[in-house]
Amino acid sequence: MLKQDIGEIRALILKHKRWDFMFAICGVVALMIGVLTFAALFVGMAIDGLPRLSWDFFTNFPSRRSEHAGILSAWVGTTLVMLVTAVAAIPVGVGAAVYLEEYAPKNILTDIIEINVTNLAGVPSIVYGLLALGLFVYTFGFGQSILSAGLTLGLLILPVVIVATRESIRSIPSVIREGAYALGATKWQTTADHILPYSAPGIMTGIIIGMARAIGETAPVITIGALTFIAFLPPAPIQRTFPFFNFDWLTSSFTVMPIQMFNWTSRPEAAFHENAAAAGLVLVFMTLSMNAMAIYVRYRLRKNIKW
Amino acid sequence: MNTIAAEEDIVSDRLRRRASRHVKERVIESILFLCALFSVFVTVGIVWVLLSESITLFQHVSVWDFLTDTQWTPLFDDDHYGIMVLLSGTLVSSAVALAVAIPLGTVIAIYLSEFAPFVVREVAKPFLELLGGVPTVVYGYFALLYVTPLLQYLALTLFGYNLPGFNLLSAGLVMGIMIIPYVSSLSEDAMRSVPMNMREGSYAMGATRFQTAVRVVTPAAFSGIAAAYILGISRAVGETMILAVAAGMQPNLTWNPLEPAATITAFIVQVALGDLPHGSIGYQTIFAAGLTLMLLTLGFNILGHLLRRRFRQAY
Repeated sequence: MLKQDIGEIRALILKHKRWDFMFAICGVVALMIGVLTFAALFVGMAIDGLPRLSWDFFTNFPSRRSEHAGILSAWVGTTLVMLVTAVAAIPVGVGAAVYLEEYAPKNILTDIIEINVTNLAGVPSIVYGLLALGLFVYTFGFGQSILSAGLTLGLLILPVVIVATRESIRSIPSVIREGAYALGATKWQTTADHILPYSAPGIMTGIIIGMARAIGETAPVITIGALTFIAFLPPAPIQRTFPFFNFDWLTSSFTVMPIQMFNWTSRPEAAFHENAAAAGLVLVFMTLSMNAMAIYVRYRLRKNIKW
Repeated sequence: MNTIAAEEDIVSDRLRRRASRHVKERVIESILFLCALFSVFVTVGIVWVLLSESITLFQHVSVWDFLTDTQWTPLFDDDHYGIMVLLSGTLVSSAVALAVAIPLGTVIAIYLSEFAPFVVREVAKPFLELLGGVPTVVYGYFALLYVTPLLQYLALTLFGYNLPGFNLLSAGLVMGIMIIPYVSSLSEDAMRSVPMNMREGSYAMGATRFQTAVRVVTPAAFSGIAAAYILGISRAVGETMILAVAAGMQPNLTWNPLEPAATITAFIVQVALGDLPHGSIGYQTIFAAGLTLMLLTLGFNILGHLLRRRFRQAY
């Protein structure tokens, strides 16, 4: 009688253990679907695109003949747009985060700002494109220029920078602040000499992830009216004669990497699809290396700082 | 007398220095405050631009027609403005994407949070983040040139069905893969924040890992998991490039994922690629489309907020 019971219980346990095992298999399979899709995407693109990757591909303008087409105007455009994005988004984003974490009093206005930042993170990127089209391009009269595109992407990554900076600041223990105040430092001295340096790696991570996202964004830049076929470079930012810096490039028309890739992908000829694959490889390499850099910075941060 | 005067001098000197210190602090604080307030300006700007341009369109087209018309031909002579046409494309492609992303993302989250060994988790999490960081135009390329031919081959050999070169299914499937990281990483965070003693209680009652994960951890983390789903839905609804590349750009009122159809976002891209003059009706339609999209995601976000409030568990 008792022996039979134990046998039943063992059978029940075994059955449940089998469920455990089956679910673990499901989990691995689900993970593998993600991994294999990524592998298929990367390998397929490498097979199609690698033969096109050569020095000429980086130094040629786009062309009607696929074998002469290159991404010169695209990567130069991307670099300049990213420059504007960084200059626009980093100071405002970090400033907003510092205010919300260190300065903000508990009142309705602060609540509104906080809810607002959360909501902005959920706004579809193409809506930022519409905002820029209505505001930057026509109301402010910046035109379909590098300046408009850079500012648009800057607005887009603003929530990313704010959230990352806030998390980084929040992880600094309050004894650091109290120590600074006890020695008579003002709020800004505490922030500038202690809070910002200690949270710098976390802020860097946020900025890099934000920039990686901005590099890959296509929709908002298309919406403001970036051209898909550009066979000239914007004026150089640095010149030999006084005043050495030249800001004409800000108002130049431009194209960026993802738009160039989109343009080649949407052509019917297979030869252009190879160009698209090559451009895609460059693009994926850029975003992945930036993401990997962010992960590395975060890893170093976790390893080195012990409060 | 003299000493007192000297002391007064020192005091007033200190006060002067402190006053200048205060001014600097004030200025810096106001600059930082303006930075924070800037995000509010962005929202106001979005709402203002979308509303003001849409209102001009709605003076030309009635809101009722906009919501009920079954044709979307704003650029033709015989113009119709039925947003349902674009909305159907958006909803069908999002449904396909969520059918992929929610089950897979949830299973991955439960596996990583409750089953996976430490090493697997430490490797898988950054990898999934990388998957979410791939530019969407690359996913679009993948959907159009790899997934669609594969689906066409499968449809022809298995069902004898000729799948069109542009279809919502292939775009939706790839979009689903793209959304998995958003769903899985937020859900996993929610599950890991469930206190350990709840799991221990469950194990002590003789429950297995699977039973604990499904009956204890998942319900306890439900508000966070719902937030992850809502984020996934907003991503799917707002996704642009995969659909613009792989789903075609012809407006098509359909609920069948095997057909090509334009989504709200793909239509905006299509119009932006052409050169419509500023202020024309066609130009204003993209703002009305954007407003619809914005209201849709706003609706989902409010829903998510309510779900979180309704199911929030306090430990």
